[in-house]
Amino acid sequence: MDNSKIGHHISGQFNKELEDVRNKVLTMGGLVEQQIELAVTAFSTGDLEMAELVIKQDNQVDALEMAIDQECMQILALRQPAAFDLRLLITIIKVVNDLERVGDMAERVAEMAIQLSGTDNKQHDQYFELEHMAELVQEMLHGALDVFARMNIEDVTTITGLDANVDREYGSIIRQLITKMMEDPRNITRMLDVLWIARSLERIGDHACNICEHLVYMVKGEDVRHLTQEELERKMKE
Amino acid sequence: MTAHHTRTHAIDMSSVLRDQKKNTEPNETCIKVENLNLFYGEKQALHNVNMEMPKKKVTAYIGPSGCGKSTLLRCINRMNDLVDCATIDGKILLDNENIYDKSVNVAALRRRVGMVFQKPNPFPKSIFENVAYGLRIQGINDKRILEETVENSLRGAALWDEMKDRLNDNALGISGGQQQRLVIARAIAIEPEVLLLDEPASALDPISTLKIEELINELKEKYTIVIVTHNMQQAARVSDLTAFMFMGELIEMGTTSELFTNPQKKQTEDYITGRYG
Repeated sequence: MDNSKIGHHISGQFNKELEDVRNKVLTMGGLVEQQIELAVTAFSTGDLEMAELVIKQDNQVDALEMAIDQECMQILALRQPAAFDLRLLITIIKVVNDLERVGDMAERVAEMAIQLSGTDNKQHDQYFELEHMAELVQEMLHGALDVFARMNIEDVTTITGLDANVDREYGSIIRQLITKMMEDPRNITRMLDVLWIARSLERIGDHACNICEHLVYMVKGEDVRHLTQEELERKMKE
Repeated sequence: MTAHHTRTHAIDMSSVLRDQKKNTEPNETCIKVENLNLFYGEKQALHNVNMEMPKKKVTAYIGPSGCGKSTLLRCINRMNDLVDCATIDGKILLDNENIYDKSVNVAALRRRVGMVFQKPNPFPKSIFENVAYGLRIQGINDKRILEETVENSLRGAALWDEMKDRLNDNALGISGGQQQRLVIARAIAIEPEVLLLDEPASALDPISTLKIEELINELKEKYTIVIVTHNMQQAARVSDLTAFMFMGELIEMGTTSELFTNPQKKQTEDYITGRYG
C-alpha cells in the first residue's frame, strides 16, 4: 500500500487521523463488497438466513458512513487541510455516500431474494444473466476500492468502461422479463421483484463509476464528473 | 386547483456559473518583477524572481522563514535601499516604469507604495495627527482638507466609528488591533496605489485579525495589495493570487483557490499541507 502521500506530515497526530479515516473507508468498502456477495448468493441459492443477515448488517454500513463523515468533519474543522489532504477528505465524504447507497442496494437484493424464495426458488438458474451482471458490478466496485487503496488512477477507465456492459445486460434482462410477463400475467409480480434486483445491480455499477470519478479528483485535482466514457479516456491521457 | 405554470424556455444558469469564475480572470498588471536578484553581501536572498501582480487584487506571498518573501516585498518600495549590504539587479515595473531606474525619486515612490509592518508603529501623537502626518510633511496644512482626509482614511480603515469621538487621544493608548488599522489609515491617507502588508495581523488577536482581513477585502476595491503572511489560512482567505517562495526562489504562483486545492509543484504541496522540513 502506497502511503507516501499521507506520510511525512510534520504533525504525527494528523498523519494518524488521515490514515485512520482512510482505513475506515477501506473497511467499509470491504463490508459493502461482502454484503453484495452475500445478497447475490442468497438470491441464487434461495438461502433465507443469508438474506436476513445482509439486511441485519446494513446498519453497520450506515454506522460506518456516519462515523467516517464525523471524523472527516473533525479533521476539516481542526486541521484546515489543504491540497491533497483536503481533496482526500472531500473525496472520502463523497465516496462513503456512494458506498452507503451500494449497501442499500445489496439490502434491496436481499429483500427481493426473500420475497422470491416463496415463489420460485427452484428456478433461479434461468437468471444466469443476472448473475453475470452481479459479477460485473462486483468487479467494478472492487476495482474502484482498489484504486482508492493504491491511489493509482491508471485503471479508472477500464472500470468505468465496464458500465456499458452492465447497461447492456440490464437491457437484455428487462426484455426477457417483459417477455415472461406477456407469456403469463401471473408472472408479473415475481418478474417485478427480479426487475428490482437487476435495477439495484445496475445502480451499483453507477456508484462504482461515481467513486472512480471522485478518486480522479482526489489524485489529479480534476473534476471529471458528467463526462462520456470517450471524454474521460481523453482526459485521463492528458 | 391552481393553474399549473408551464415552463416554456430552458433554464439558464450561466450567470450563476460565471460568478464562480469571476475572481480568476486575469487583470491589468500593476507590478511586474523581472529577473530580480538580491544579495545581502555574499549571500543571495532572491534568485531570478519573475512575477506579475494584477491591479486591485490581493497577492499573498507564503513560504517558510527566510525564503525571501519579506525581502521581495520590501523591494517593491525600495526599503532594501536602507540595508547597506544589499545589492539588487533586475527590474520591478510599477505601471510599466522601472522603480530601480536612476531617475526615480524614492520618496515619491514610497508615496505611491505604502507599507504596513508586523507590529503597529503609530507615532506618539494624537490619532488625528497620525493620519494627517503624511499630508503635513507634504506641506498640506489646510484644516478642512486635513479633517476630510482623516475622516475618509479612518472610514477606509474601518476605524471611524470607534475613533471619531477620541481623535485627540494619544494613538499609543488604543488597542493593538486598532493601532494596526490606524497605521493602515495613515498609509491610505496619502492615496497610494499599492499597499504592502508585511504580516499585518500576526501580532493581533483573532477578532482583530478578522477585522484586518475584512478591511483588506474592502481596500482591494481601490488599491493593489501585496501581503506577506505566515498564516496560510489567512493567505487563503484574503488573497486572489498566491505565490509560494522557497530558498529565495519563486516556486509557484497561481490563483489562490487553485494553489490551495491543487498545487502543481510538489514543494508547494508539501509546504501547504505541512509536510515541509
